Amino acid sequence: MRMLDAIAAAREADNLDALVSLIPYTQFMGISMQVRDGDVFGKLAFADHLIGNATLPALHGGTIGALLESTAVFKLLWQAETLAIPKTINITVEYLRSGKAQDTLARAEFTRQGRRVANVRAIAYQDDPDRPIAAANAHFLLIRDDD
Amino acid sequence: MPAMPAPPGSDPQAKLEFINQWFASGVPHNRELGVHAIGVHATGITSELPYADRLVGNPETGFLHGGAITTVLDATCGVSVLIALRKPLRIATLDLRIDYLKPTTPRSNVLCKADCYKITRHVAFVRGIAHHGDEADPIASAAGTFMIFGSRLTGNKDKDAS
Repeated sequence: MRMLDAIAAAREADNLDALVSLIPYTQFMGISMQVRDGDVFGKLAFADHLIGNATLPALHGGTIGALLESTAVFKLLWQAETLAIPKTINITVEYLRSGKAQDTLARAEFTRQGRRVANVRAIAYQDDPDRPIAAANAHFLLIRDDD
Repeated sequence: MPAMPAPPGSDPQAKLEFINQWFASGVPHNRELGVHAIGVHATGITSELPYADRLVGNPETGFLHGGAITTVLDATCGVSVLIALRKPLRIATLDLRIDYLKPTTPRSNVLCKADCYKITRHVAFVRGIAHHGDEADPIASAAGTFMIFGSRLTGNKDKDAS
């Protein structure tokens, strides 16, 4: 399935699984997306290879960054006017607590959505959404038909 | 990140092997991706992320996923702080900003070079770039800050574990 068709089908079916399955990296990382109450929730299923600090143990910071960026991208594919996967201009990840060896969830919200650029804030958490383990601010370039 | 002892001696090859024991083999996610150090300088390292199909983020273009670039830059910046510290101290990433300067070239390895250019009592400042072999033509640039725990100056009072 082509990406554009997959985006349309995902919006139609209220389900991002088919779209997520097209992305090799999210498959490899065990990142999935759920649509719940009209919002997109990212999930990084715990696996031993995601560990960065084997002593604690704690998740590799890069895996949390990957979850945050992916959640922001799928939220954009879900709700923003973009015809293809938006391009990440930049992302700043703040690491707030160490990520324990368990599943991690994430959600994203648009702080601004312009014609060309979307500003997105995303947080990642484990047990309690009010105690995030990481937060990110990112800018994305939307892909439109007049490009 | 757990503390890493200062690499021994001045032989670059021995230094690299020492760093990779910690960096490439001792960090499970680095090991999974095959991330390893290929060069070392006074304030950091150069690392390599071998290309793999499973790291692709956009199947229509073949570009690598930003998460893979973030991961290798985070790891490379972190170990560069440990190199620059020259003491076995524990550190934790405070924040990391990545600017994506251009798409990756499909099916190409990624090299990262980081430089810990300032260390204060509690905080280390690092910059890094990711490229395909030409540092003057980077794919991404990174700026990170890291908390330093348990230095003699701080009296070993920090208990935060990350």
